[in-house]
Amino acid sequence: MSAARSVLSLSKILQPWTGLKGSTVSVMRPVMCTRREKSSYTPPPAKYGGRHTVTLIPGDGIGPELLNHAQELFRFCCVPVDFEVVNVDSSLTSEDEINNAVTAIRRNGVALKGNIETNHNLPPSHKSRNNLLRTSLDLYANVMHCQTLPGVQTRHKDIDIIIIRENTEGEYSSLEHENVPGVVESLKIITRVNSLRIAEYAFRQAREKGRRRVTAVHKANIMKLGDGLFLQCCKEVAAGYPDITFDNMIVDNTTMQLVSKPQQFDVMVMPNLYGNVVSNVCAGLVGGPGLVPGANYGKDYAVFETATRNTGKSIANKNIANPTATLLASCLMLDHLGLHDYASMIRKAILRTLSETRLHTADLGGQGTTSEVVQSIMKEVQKGGPLTSEKI
Amino acid sequence: MSSMMILLVLKCLSQIIFYCICFAFQMQTVTIIPGDGIGPEISTSVIKIFEAAKVPIQWEERNVTAIKGPGGKWMIPPEAKESMDKSKIGLKGPLKTPIAAGHPSMNLLLRKTFDLYANVRPCVSIEGYKTPYTDVDLVTIRENTEGEYSGIEHVIVDGVVQSIKLITEEASRRIAEYAFEYARNNQRNSVTAVHKANIMRMSDGLFLRKCREVAENFKDVKFTEMYLDTVCLNMVQDPTQFDVLVMPNLYGDILSDLCAGLIGGLGVTPSGNIGANGVAIFESVHGTAPDIAGMDLANPTALLLSAVMMLRHMGLHGHAKKIETACFDTIRDKKVLTKDLGGNSKCSEFTAEICRRVQDLD
Repeated sequence: MSAARSVLSLSKILQPWTGLKGSTVSVMRPVMCTRREKSSYTPPPAKYGGRHTVTLIPGDGIGPELLNHAQELFRFCCVPVDFEVVNVDSSLTSEDEINNAVTAIRRNGVALKGNIETNHNLPPSHKSRNNLLRTSLDLYANVMHCQTLPGVQTRHKDIDIIIIRENTEGEYSSLEHENVPGVVESLKIITRVNSLRIAEYAFRQAREKGRRRVTAVHKANIMKLGDGLFLQCCKEVAAGYPDITFDNMIVDNTTMQLVSKPQQFDVMVMPNLYGNVVSNVCAGLVGGPGLVPGANYGKDYAVFETATRNTGKSIANKNIANPTATLLASCLMLDHLGLHDYASMIRKAILRTLSETRLHTADLGGQGTTSEVVQSIMKEVQKGGPLTSEKI
Repeated sequence: MSSMMILLVLKCLSQIIFYCICFAFQMQTVTIIPGDGIGPEISTSVIKIFEAAKVPIQWEERNVTAIKGPGGKWMIPPEAKESMDKSKIGLKGPLKTPIAAGHPSMNLLLRKTFDLYANVRPCVSIEGYKTPYTDVDLVTIRENTEGEYSGIEHVIVDGVVQSIKLITEEASRRIAEYAFEYARNNQRNSVTAVHKANIMRMSDGLFLRKCREVAENFKDVKFTEMYLDTVCLNMVQDPTQFDVLVMPNLYGDILSDLCAGLIGGLGVTPSGNIGANGVAIFESVHGTAPDIAGMDLANPTALLLSAVMMLRHMGLHGHAKKIETACFDTIRDKKVLTKDLGGNSKCSEFTAEICRRVQDLD
């Protein structure tokens, strides 16, 4: 009985990734691969001998150790991906290293990264490296899928929210000046072009994944022109998608609703700062920063990382970090590259390991170590047998 | 000439005697602004409960509908301003924000008139009103005058809008000082500054610097800094790790509503606004609920708890504790609860029950 329930919950989770949400799946029938039903996007061409090259930016804190585990796992599963490692030292003031990373990503098209620390005590000329990366590559959409995962104890159940956050402008434009000593002005820029673009992306994603509702989060009652423009653009795009319900909610009410009744939300689209707040709240609701992967999409490039972008300085190199978010992010990357079989295989193994409470890391209330979790995932992968073209 | 002198002396004497009597009975005047919608009913409830608790307060009721003053500027009625300036303490019910009435929201007007720079919202879990979060006990202190809500926006070219977030040294220092003083006066252990200085280096950097400077003068209170996203992440997982939070306007708006959601919503959350010159206005932050106005269905808890906060601000801790205990006991007992708390009693019944408990506690 419990085995059937866990298979059902696993299939419920795997459905969105395979694009089958909305269709009924019986417990006994295995989930079908939907290579034919995915979006019309063509992954970047594999370079040599059918192998893809992906840029890897280790970052700071727990980034290097978790990405090492990701590389190890890929080697174990014989995933046809080669990593080009580009180190970015956050302590240097010159922007050469981050520019090198940007060039590498332009070359390869796809990247997997850890968070690069920003020392906020340095002068304002030293910009956040992560932000520089996002704006240089114009990764305009940050997508985060928050789902209640099996085996994780949370206060709220049945959460399934996709958060689409504008990633390049808004409050993160880094345009600040001090006209009069003691008075600082920071500019928040909202443009029609970017708002239309992100709204279009949100509705397209909602349609592709079979979602019913898109909610725009804003504060247009106070920032009438800025957020008013954003809301206006969302409404315009919504008119072109009559099959999807569109509504809007003010950001403070949204956070209040999220902590009391998060099940009411489906797809949410919002400007940069509110996206930061809402995605962190949602990540906390489903179990914490160690569980949720995030993706940054641009027109030509895609960068995958953990959704909440934490460096985890205090737990670095102690073998206690939760690798789930990073490994799920690498699965998202495999999906993006078109390697769906490998992605499903690894994802299934991760979720099976997660249901095993003995192996929970400290952030989930357990005492497992990172290496134990990764070993267990590898064992699960091995249990699944060799990957052939008939098997999923 | 001498008769005039005698009259003058008599007048002074009578004033002195009047103030002495007032002082002897320690009757303080508080301006009460009932507000719109359910405002009048819940204000009446609070006044009744205060009578039952024999609180030495005399109420002065005032209305704050916007009027156009000389020079065409919108302002609050002069009687209301005069009353507040004299009493320094106010209790306010929910005010309706008119759409297309030509004048800004009343809350904004009040804020500007009295320079209400700090919004304080203590969020304590209410025993008896179950939410997924238990043992919440934190206070959010939000800068209320500048930041992202400066209202300065421009359309640069068609399709590009710029909103200006203003952070000044003076306002940041003032709110930091208030936060630390509040922590000290209310026996709180730590103050956490919430910011996003990794992205908004200059503006939030200035705010953070001021907080650090003020922290130097309050060595008995622990000071920490945390990014806004980390606070949000940790708040929904474990709210017990937070004590007093101080932050600029927008983050404060979002976080204070987030914390209100943790304890059960705006219907049970108290709030206070502290202004310059010792003015303080305590209010309920929920809406006017026009659909249940006048039907005796409203829940006065938010306004009542704000009034309790007001009593503590005035130093009347004994009365505050009595009323608060009575209110929490009533909610915990679950016998007489208004509809939004899960019961089906009327507002008057709920009020009467609290009055009864208050008198029993004497």
